[in-house]
Amino acid sequence: MTFDFDQVAVRDVSRHYGRRRALSRVSLECRAGEVLGLLGPNGAGKSTLLSILATLLAPSAGEVRYGAKTATQAGPALRSRLGFLSHDLHLYPELTARENLVFFAKLYNLGRVDDRVAAALERASLTPRRDDMVSGFSRGMRQRLALERALLHDPRLLLLDEPFTGLDDASVDALVARLKELRAAERIVVVVTHDLDVAERLLDKVAVLKEGRLAAFDHAHGRIRENYRAHVAAGDRCS
Amino acid sequence: MFLKVAWLVVRKDLTVEVRSREILYTTVFFAVACVLVFAFALVKEGRPLEDAAAGIMWISVAFSGTLALGRTFERERHSETLRALMLAPASRPAIYVGKLLGIILLLLIVEAVLVPLIGLLFHAPIASRPFSLIGLLVAGSVGFSACGTLFAAMLVRARSRDVLLPILLYPITIPVIIAGVRGTAALFEPVPADDLAQMWLALLAFFDIVFVTLSLWTFEPLMTE
Repeated sequence: MTFDFDQVAVRDVSRHYGRRRALSRVSLECRAGEVLGLLGPNGAGKSTLLSILATLLAPSAGEVRYGAKTATQAGPALRSRLGFLSHDLHLYPELTARENLVFFAKLYNLGRVDDRVAAALERASLTPRRDDMVSGFSRGMRQRLALERALLHDPRLLLLDEPFTGLDDASVDALVARLKELRAAERIVVVVTHDLDVAERLLDKVAVLKEGRLAAFDHAHGRIRENYRAHVAAGDRCS
Repeated sequence: MFLKVAWLVVRKDLTVEVRSREILYTTVFFAVACVLVFAFALVKEGRPLEDAAAGIMWISVAFSGTLALGRTFERERHSETLRALMLAPASRPAIYVGKLLGIILLLLIVEAVLVPLIGLLFHAPIASRPFSLIGLLVAGSVGFSACGTLFAAMLVRARSRDVLLPILLYPITIPVIIAGVRGTAALFEPVPADDLAQMWLALLAFFDIVFVTLSLWTFEPLMTE
């Protein structure tokens, strides 16, 4: 049950909640070795798009292709290639750092669980705190642990929903460095963020969403801040 | 792999509960309070109202079970860990079975406290047919939990989940509650009506098969929003 892909393509994806339109005919793509940023004001549809990419939400219209296959065609094997870090971190506070990682490693049916977990704890700089309950961790420590949990199964596509929120400068720098490592390792990284400083340091491609529509989608070219303000303020539409 | 995933989820839930004891304590306390209130209302001068014990036992199981279901999935909602479970490439029905077994285990612990208390306060002959009574309780708990786990998981992101859960759950599980009450009442007769109790137990087993099968079948599509 192995499946892999080197490109994610969103084609005319719309999502409605009853009569409310969360996404309207959004199309974009991202390749292995690229970091795509989803920018936009609150309620623009960024998290909805991320949930659709994560297969947690089905689009009302349109499709997402992971390589040549849709989520339905790829089946559960696709989920073993997806890593998702949401703002809520997906960790059990009553379990220790190690127990959280072991639980998810076994749930993903990974081999060499002890080695993987030890390596993940080391990368998160949490080896000395491995047997402490997550409820006693700071936001930064939880964030590092949650990121390693999302990467435990070596996913091709990593989806991050506002991963920089609540982090101090040092933690933001460490996270940016880790994401750059993943880009170098040919992973596809999609990040939802409001932090334009970080966006300018990290992103290869930028998609600006406004009121559920794609306002802009292009390579970053280092001018994210001006472009973002121009599109969000002026309400431009991308062709 | 199916059983391995189910066991992983059960073990994780038990570890979390052993550390917090939040759901067990609140559920047992609620069930005991429920029985005590009914005992004050229905036991006059040491004589309980006839046939009240079976009904009160199952009402307490249903109420405390609803509380346990709500709290169990509230825990999964807190850090959106249910989404993390759904994202894993593991079989989703296996995850459902894991959650279901955790709820059943919790209900059985509650019942282990509840039944002796009802025997004491309502003079119910709980020891006259212990295996039949255990059979009814287990079968009733499976049926109630099978529906409850499905609905609680489905409603985990709904804003009015605390109100919606009993509204959806009680009408569907009414057959289970009625079969449980009638079967238990048959066992609590001065001369236990074994044939009648067996008939209600068989009916409960039938409901269990139907509810568990339907839940396993619908869990995956219902959990994809």
